[in-house]
Amino acid sequence: MRILSYILKRLIYLIPVLLGVTLLVFIISHAIPGDPARMMAGQKASREAIDNLRHSMGLDRPLPEQYLQYLAGLVQGDLGFSIRNQRPVMEDMLDFFPATLELTLVSMVVCVSVGIPLGIISAVRRNRPIDHASRVFSVIGVSMPVFWLGLMLLLLFYRNLGWLPGSGRLDIGLDPPAHVTGLYLIDTLLEGSVGKFRNALLHILLPAFCLSYVYLAIITRIVRSSMISVMGLDFITTARANGIAETVITLKHCLKNSLIPTVTITGLSIGELLGGAILTETIFNWPGMGKYVVDSVNFLDFPALMGFTLVVSFTYVMINLAVDVIYAFLDPQIRY
Amino acid sequence: MLDEFRRQYAWQIREFFFTVKLLRRNPSAVAGFVIITGMVAMALTAPVLAPYNPIQISLGERLGPPGGAHWFGTDELGRDILTRVMYGARISLWIGVLVVAIAGGLGAVIGAVSGYLGHRVDNLIMRAMDVVLSFPPLVLAMALAAALGPSLNNAILAVAFVMIPKFARMVRGEALAVKEKQFIAAARASGAGSLWIVWHHILPNCFSSVIVLGTLILGETILIAASLSFIGLGTQPPTPEWGAMISVGRKFLMDQWWYATFPGLFILVTVIGFNIFGDALRDVLDPRIRR
Repeated sequence: MRILSYILKRLIYLIPVLLGVTLLVFIISHAIPGDPARMMAGQKASREAIDNLRHSMGLDRPLPEQYLQYLAGLVQGDLGFSIRNQRPVMEDMLDFFPATLELTLVSMVVCVSVGIPLGIISAVRRNRPIDHASRVFSVIGVSMPVFWLGLMLLLLFYRNLGWLPGSGRLDIGLDPPAHVTGLYLIDTLLEGSVGKFRNALLHILLPAFCLSYVYLAIITRIVRSSMISVMGLDFITTARANGIAETVITLKHCLKNSLIPTVTITGLSIGELLGGAILTETIFNWPGMGKYVVDSVNFLDFPALMGFTLVVSFTYVMINLAVDVIYAFLDPQIRY
Repeated sequence: MLDEFRRQYAWQIREFFFTVKLLRRNPSAVAGFVIITGMVAMALTAPVLAPYNPIQISLGERLGPPGGAHWFGTDELGRDILTRVMYGARISLWIGVLVVAIAGGLGAVIGAVSGYLGHRVDNLIMRAMDVVLSFPPLVLAMALAAALGPSLNNAILAVAFVMIPKFARMVRGEALAVKEKQFIAAARASGAGSLWIVWHHILPNCFSSVIVLGTLILGETILIAASLSFIGLGTQPPTPEWGAMISVGRKFLMDQWWYATFPGLFILVTVIGFNIFGDALRDVLDPRIRR
């Protein structure tokens, strides 16, 4: 029951933050660039046409009223109208979302499945060569310009070695699988075509590694330091004195107790991955929201850019909420 | 004059030299320091040491591979990439320093005021900071930079805006601890106003944490600013900027690998420098680890 009231409290607290987010996006999109109507109408439009458009878009009304109108639209799922694609931004987002989701999920799997074991090994073999190597690997990771890493991966694995494809989600000759989840790795399997699954998997490897490297580095460091702090506690010494096997101590006692910071950082990483996807998708021509938004920026398609910004930050806020709730489940000591 | 200065700041001077001594014993601090000073030296001496003019077009030498006359090769307009990389350090470091100065200064003041005044003001300010933190940094910087229009100064403003809450949050936390100290009560009892206390007592006590965070954020800033340039929202051609060079170099990646490779390598090394120096500085300044 207490956890329910905690969740409720967090949800109520969310309302002002989300309102603030919409307000900030509104200010950026309506107050700063000057005149959305002029952008919508294009450079050559007559003054009269712009005035008409401004009136029909409600831009001649006071700003607070415009904000309320904007909010009312948002509640109905109206993110504005994309200038480049000439259709609602919401529809664009829904089309491009699955590709980004697939890339983010696979990156997350890479982060967790490599980062946690690497962190454990570094903690157990503290100050040995493998720990130093993992530290160097992590420092490089957090200092890496993602877009440059992507280019270097392309140079090595696509151009020089020719092991992996360099762009897109499937080879150009292949038809995309029937749309069920929108995630090619799942849809191809549902279709029962192993060849296409293999192709999709090969395509996702480079972008997923590129996107995950930074967070992989962070997760490794967090797991290492929280493992080390748990290893120094009395109950570990007791367990060891009782003759429990070292592997069991490491994997059961230590790992379980150092999971909380790991969950936090993993959750936060999912949100950050959405930001990193902008650069990765551009480099690897991955048809997701990130590539969509960069194309929109180059086209000066502001409604699309602002719609993306809003969607990403809502997702980010929701993930943080989920992390806090999981956190409360994991650690009974947390007071709600 | 100098003696008076020495006497007045005796404690701070001793503390500074003690910190330097600890840093010199720390290998990663030394490595970070060497990288940072190397980059700064390169930026300062670029006009003297660079072998060519960074924007001089020489179409006869287009896209030449690395070698004798051009160590890092040439770009699509025949400009020397080594020269442009050296000049690029000026821009990246300038962006980093300016962003950290703006965001650190504003963030520290906002955080100190918020923490010291507490109650309603604190609540309001911190909720506003939460809103800014509800965006992935690159996404918000991109939206702002696009709305303001692509240019170097707008990119600096956008990144600085995104970084303010990071400083504000940390300084607020420190201010909450500092304001309970007795010397604050003493200052208040002798009639000092809130703003006076914030300026003379709270902010100086948060100074070392701001420096540590600033060093780490400098690295992050260079990455975000380069990313903005890469998308096309930062410095505009022909200014030699690392991110923008990679953005153009990308078109030539398959045949002229050197074009995008060298500027990126310099971003990586510079950011590594700030990150390891910042980490070491944090360890050295942390009173729990220090003595």
